[in-house]
Amino acid sequence: MTGAPKSAGKAVSSGPAVRPDPAVRPGPPLWLLLELTYRCPLHCAFCYNPTDFATSGPELGTEDWLRVLKEARALGSVQLGLSGGEPLSRDDLEEIVAEAHRLGFYTNLITSGVGLNETRIRALKDAGLDHIQLSFQDSTRQMNDFLSSTRTFDLKSKVAALIKQHDYPMVLNVVLHRLNIDHVEEILQMADRMGADYVELANTQFYGWAWHNRRQLMPSREQVERAEEVTRRFRERQNRPMRIFFVVPDYFEKRPKACMNGLGSIFLTVTPDGTALPCHAARMLPGLEFPNVKTSSLQHVWYESSGFTHFRGDAWMKEPCRSCPEKTRDFGGCRCQAYLLTGDAANADPVCDLSPHHHKVVEATLSAGQEKPLVFRSRANSSRLF
Amino acid sequence: MSAEAVEGASRPSIGHGFRLQWEAVQNAYVLLFPEGMIKLNGSAGEIMKRCTGLSTIAEITADLERTFETSGLAHDVIAFVEMARGKQWLSVSA
Repeated sequence: MTGAPKSAGKAVSSGPAVRPDPAVRPGPPLWLLLELTYRCPLHCAFCYNPTDFATSGPELGTEDWLRVLKEARALGSVQLGLSGGEPLSRDDLEEIVAEAHRLGFYTNLITSGVGLNETRIRALKDAGLDHIQLSFQDSTRQMNDFLSSTRTFDLKSKVAALIKQHDYPMVLNVVLHRLNIDHVEEILQMADRMGADYVELANTQFYGWAWHNRRQLMPSREQVERAEEVTRRFRERQNRPMRIFFVVPDYFEKRPKACMNGLGSIFLTVTPDGTALPCHAARMLPGLEFPNVKTSSLQHVWYESSGFTHFRGDAWMKEPCRSCPEKTRDFGGCRCQAYLLTGDAANADPVCDLSPHHHKVVEATLSAGQEKPLVFRSRANSSRLF
Repeated sequence: MSAEAVEGASRPSIGHGFRLQWEAVQNAYVLLFPEGMIKLNGSAGEIMKRCTGLSTIAEITADLERTFETSGLAHDVIAFVEMARGKQWLSVSA
């Protein structure tokens, strides 16, 4: 789904035993994300999908997706995210879930909720779907509907009830930014009321449409601090076991996120047209081979293609990362962010205050504000921009 | 969440929303949950796979001691189950 956090920090939340030693043979692609389609009934202005998605090739067919599942499982993938766009736009979603379940994946549906009715939620349960992550854009109908450029708040509320009724674990995901971050208290109350098992307060990561709308979406430091404080107080007094993840707004940090636990370390995503990427946004990185699963095996993708091998280990690093004792903790941060902000994907993520480009991040936080209108994610806007 | 004491007669089972699974590629048991995974070490895996809701902790302990030809595991098993219950990996009924 379009607003998911880019950091894979939660994807594999266990101890160090899970993190492969990149100097030796890389571990398996534990996390497989299939972006089944770019079609989406929502038009969120913070979507991480590429702004040129309208130029993307045709979607893979069912047989291709089933083959990808089989190959990934053989490599050791175990967590499966089904996302997009809106995965419910595919009428073969149930078939894909059933095969994934049969192969032993833990299956996560990452959805806006649009299209999830009684019939489909039942069919997905029968197919073996393990969990549903439902996105909200805000705690209020007005802001939810404005931000997604749809009238979907009431529908989403009904879908949340349906998810609980069918006894799925439920994660509510809310992407936070300047226009809704002051509603964190109400968002948490809403999640609690709906019986969510987990809440992701996912501060916007600036890629794709969010990058395009960065100035309008960037919160102020005061807003971020207030939201953190509200979340802390809520955690202290909550009496239901609802886990709250506060995805850090990295522009306000001094050290970068350990993005994807290092590119090519645990995460493999396949875009609707079959391009295999080491993270949602990596297609922007120049000079790398990102094979298409229609013509390449996942074995080749994961172990041989430069898109997956180039940024493993630390041989690619420049200073200040190369000699930094923290490089094993944050892997130099996000390659896409380094590329977007400095023009060189091998530079330190400029979120790090040791980066000579750190001022660019600071300036972005200071120049925040709504000086121009949001550009909503739509096929028309995508075609117009590119 | 139950606050009852964990003791020999308690019957632990995998917590709601979690799934325990053997992963050959990782040569380990893993615990799966929404968008997450915990790789268990050998002894944690051996305990967890016996937490079916059918066996008591005393029975699980006896089975482990028999399987690994050792004794005196009761304290470790109870400590693990208490820790795992705290993380909701396990639920425990009397």
